[in-house]
Amino acid sequence: MLEPISVSLESLNLSSLTPMLVAIGGALAILIIDLIKSGLHKSLYVMLTLLVLLIDLGAVMGLGVNQRGFFDLMLIDGISIISQALILLGSMLFIPLALTSKRFHEYSYPEYFALFLFMIAGYQFMVSSDNLILIFVGLETASLALYTLIAMHNRPNSYEAAVKYFTMGAMAAGFFAMGAATVYATTGSVELYKIAEVMQSRMDEAGLMIAIIGGGLLLLVAFAFKMSLFPFHTWGPDAYEGASAPLAGFMSIVPKLAAIVVSMRLFGMYIDIGIEEIRDAILVLSVLTMTLANIMALVQGDVKRMLAYSSISHAGFVMAAIALDTTKGNTGIFLYYVMFLFTNLGAFAMLWISRHKNNTYHDRFDHPYEKFAGLIKVMPMGAVVMALFMLSLAGVPPFSVFWGKIFVMGAAVDAGYVWLAIVMGINSAISAYYYLKLIVYMFLKDPASNDGTIYYNISKPLMTIIGIAVFATVTSVLYVQPLIAYISYMVGASGY
Amino acid sequence: MDNILSILVFFPAFAGMLGFVVDKDSARAYGISVATIEFFLALWLWMTFDGSNGGMQFVEMFPLVPDFGISYYLGVDGISLFIVVMATLMTLIGMISMSIKADIKNMIISLLFLEMTMVGVFVALDAIVFYLFWELSLVPMLYIVGAWGGPRRVYAAIKFFLYTFFGSLIMLVGMLFLAYLYHDVTGTWSFAITDWYALVLPIEYQVWLFIAFFFGFAIKVPMFPFHTWLPYAHGQAPTIGSVILAAVLLKMGTYGFVRFSLPIFPDASVMMITPIAILSLIMVIYTAMVAYAQKDIKQVIAYSSVSHMGIIMLGVFAMNAEGISGSIFLMLSHGIVSGALFMLVGVIYDRLHTKELSAFGGLAAVMPKYALVFGIMLMASVGLPLTIGFVGEFLVLLGFYKVSPMMTILAGTTIIIGAIYMLSIYKRTFFGPVTNEENKKLKDLNGKEVTAFIPLVAIVIWLGVYPKPVLEPIDNSVKSLVSFMEKKAQTQEAKDIIISSNDGEDK
Repeated sequence: MLEPISVSLESLNLSSLTPMLVAIGGALAILIIDLIKSGLHKSLYVMLTLLVLLIDLGAVMGLGVNQRGFFDLMLIDGISIISQALILLGSMLFIPLALTSKRFHEYSYPEYFALFLFMIAGYQFMVSSDNLILIFVGLETASLALYTLIAMHNRPNSYEAAVKYFTMGAMAAGFFAMGAATVYATTGSVELYKIAEVMQSRMDEAGLMIAIIGGGLLLLVAFAFKMSLFPFHTWGPDAYEGASAPLAGFMSIVPKLAAIVVSMRLFGMYIDIGIEEIRDAILVLSVLTMTLANIMALVQGDVKRMLAYSSISHAGFVMAAIALDTTKGNTGIFLYYVMFLFTNLGAFAMLWISRHKNNTYHDRFDHPYEKFAGLIKVMPMGAVVMALFMLSLAGVPPFSVFWGKIFVMGAAVDAGYVWLAIVMGINSAISAYYYLKLIVYMFLKDPASNDGTIYYNISKPLMTIIGIAVFATVTSVLYVQPLIAYISYMVGASGY
Repeated sequence: MDNILSILVFFPAFAGMLGFVVDKDSARAYGISVATIEFFLALWLWMTFDGSNGGMQFVEMFPLVPDFGISYYLGVDGISLFIVVMATLMTLIGMISMSIKADIKNMIISLLFLEMTMVGVFVALDAIVFYLFWELSLVPMLYIVGAWGGPRRVYAAIKFFLYTFFGSLIMLVGMLFLAYLYHDVTGTWSFAITDWYALVLPIEYQVWLFIAFFFGFAIKVPMFPFHTWLPYAHGQAPTIGSVILAAVLLKMGTYGFVRFSLPIFPDASVMMITPIAILSLIMVIYTAMVAYAQKDIKQVIAYSSVSHMGIIMLGVFAMNAEGISGSIFLMLSHGIVSGALFMLVGVIYDRLHTKELSAFGGLAAVMPKYALVFGIMLMASVGLPLTIGFVGEFLVLLGFYKVSPMMTILAGTTIIIGAIYMLSIYKRTFFGPVTNEENKKLKDLNGKEVTAFIPLVAIVIWLGVYPKPVLEPIDNSVKSLVSFMEKKAQTQEAKDIIISSNDGEDK
């Protein structure tokens, strides 16, 4: 007979759960509204989702730094707060992209928005825990919702994308489970801080090192799948291509951000206790990812696939900062993601507004380069905006991604990895080629379209979102200082 | 106006933005007006500049990203002042002589943005701000070459962009490393170049950093063997693109060596004298020979331009006041002369639509004014005494003579080889019978072109006869640079070389 355990409500610290509960509550509310009156217009759901996200963001910003809750499963520290805020910011820019002038299948279902909010809650759980099991639950909740969202785009290649992503995701889940099991077997715990203690004390035991490193590598593979690091990236471009353009932009930011925060906690711990093999493995993976994804992006015929490979390359760039395991490196990661978020979502949104169901320029691709040929003559403003995003992605100063790049490269130099900074520099130079290719098509070739537009799908809300992205990309020099100060304070406060 | 530098930098950019509103047919006049105002602002800067002061003037500074040590920091000294004036002048003259009709508004706007970046590079005193303008200058140039160039323009534009982008990213890593070292020593972050001057670095760091910066600058200059992008870019670029490229953009590289490499890495610079001198000599002699072999008149000018950049490099690495002052003077004269030569090639290309030397011949009889201007510019390019080209070239050779007489003699052959190919194209273009029937109907320089060339010819002769007003402020700044290098150099060997090459200077 077990002793009854009495738990006081205060000790649960339920306020640490409010942000996720807001998202889940919002999702349920959307389902209930649909139950009461069906056939409501998508704009209602878009705005509701936006409001829920707004409350969610408010709840996140109200959290105190460094608290635990819910049987110590929850860990609300600086990086958890920043990453939740970023996830919500990315989502708030993403959701209004549903308000296109053309009709798309998925937005006619309120479930789309409910699933979306469930997914956000999943990512929020994932980034605010140091318990391997809760991380796993968060990850799978979010991923399962995301697979469905991709498939709802309702085209043959969307199903293909979803199934591919699902299969690969399931494999990643398998790796994660095996890794977590190995870690549990060696340390007897699933809480990271306890794992670190036990692992440190048992590092000298004969024959155990292989299990420790093995566990770490299994976990690394799991996250390499999630972040589409080479050679586990193969699902990436296909999934991006099959998903709708905004969802692809979303996938290049939010899920990866969540995965990278967990990596920061997890592999930061391995590096902290002096297991250099994990650091080396991350370095190898990230350098390979940056370089090979770049090279593959060079030969793509479709802008969306190019952006997919470029996102993979950017993920490699950021992953390298994990291996540094310095406060500056970790600050750089968040800075990079803020900067990347605006630019990349902007770029995918530009693809989205050029989407047309029947008016295709290529039988295989939605967005071949040829489609954008001579855009400067047809739509000068559109061409300039797209070129801005491309230059920013290439790291041309003073546009936003440049600041992320120099911060991460600076962090690499500070940590003594000058060669890594050089590799990053060379990769940025290579990447300039494929971004330029689009600029060349837009500015230096003759128009292919006689319609006078390729932006069939434009609407005021979309223009607003793109306007915000352009503004954030161009004026980044003005807000980079407060941003760095805030992020490095938050990261430093949580000890990373 | 204490903030004249900010005005100089951002005025063209603002004008460029407003230019979107200006009507297409008036765009050209708008561009010329803006460039004129900008040029007068630059002249104003020169007038209010204190020539006897070798230090930084009109300094402006406010922190941009204090946590990372980046600040908006501008200033001008004798070294950069005249390059800024020259850049604004050449933009103005280039616009006046421009004959492009298609998409003229886009061209004007690109040129105005380009002008911002050009001025910005030369007045920036913060490495990141410098880098920012340095990189931004690629974008309008990419568009100018790619949109108005010859048949293979896209390839040339991309090659230009990628080459320079690659080099500057390596330089960026060097900058970050330097900032890190600065932070290591002082505990504060700073990208200010003047702060970096105070930093005494261990020799091995100096060498590595020198190499990192070398990539950025050498590709821009372009030093042999990184020069391959340039003839291509010139070959495909429209006239205005070549003018700006040769007159101003290439100077960014040599200016970078003077502003960054020499004072920040004095020991490494001294160690690198010989390798760089060898590369420069190859550049001087080899490209001069290549120039002789060209059949296309624009390629001749392009290669001769590379060849003269070699002399400028030699001067920079002479490590003495004559050499460095001479090479800065040569940057100005090279800017004016090669800019003018490219414009002259543009003039004939507009009329004949070919750049093949074989299509010319006997033009002196048909186009006497054109032949006269061409002749003056050609003499200045070769370095005839009493032209602008002579002063710089002479000073550089004089300066480098103290480092190595042998190499100086080799470098001196540039005057001979230069004279050979230049006179040979002059002969083939202007003398002899008119072989091509079409050429008999050619019109001489029109009013627009005459307006563009008269100031250039005047400057070529004025500064050739009396270079003092320009040379003196340059010399003051260069002297303080050299004496600073001597103080900062750590190894006795480096000190010795700097002192011995400055023999006879009063310090």
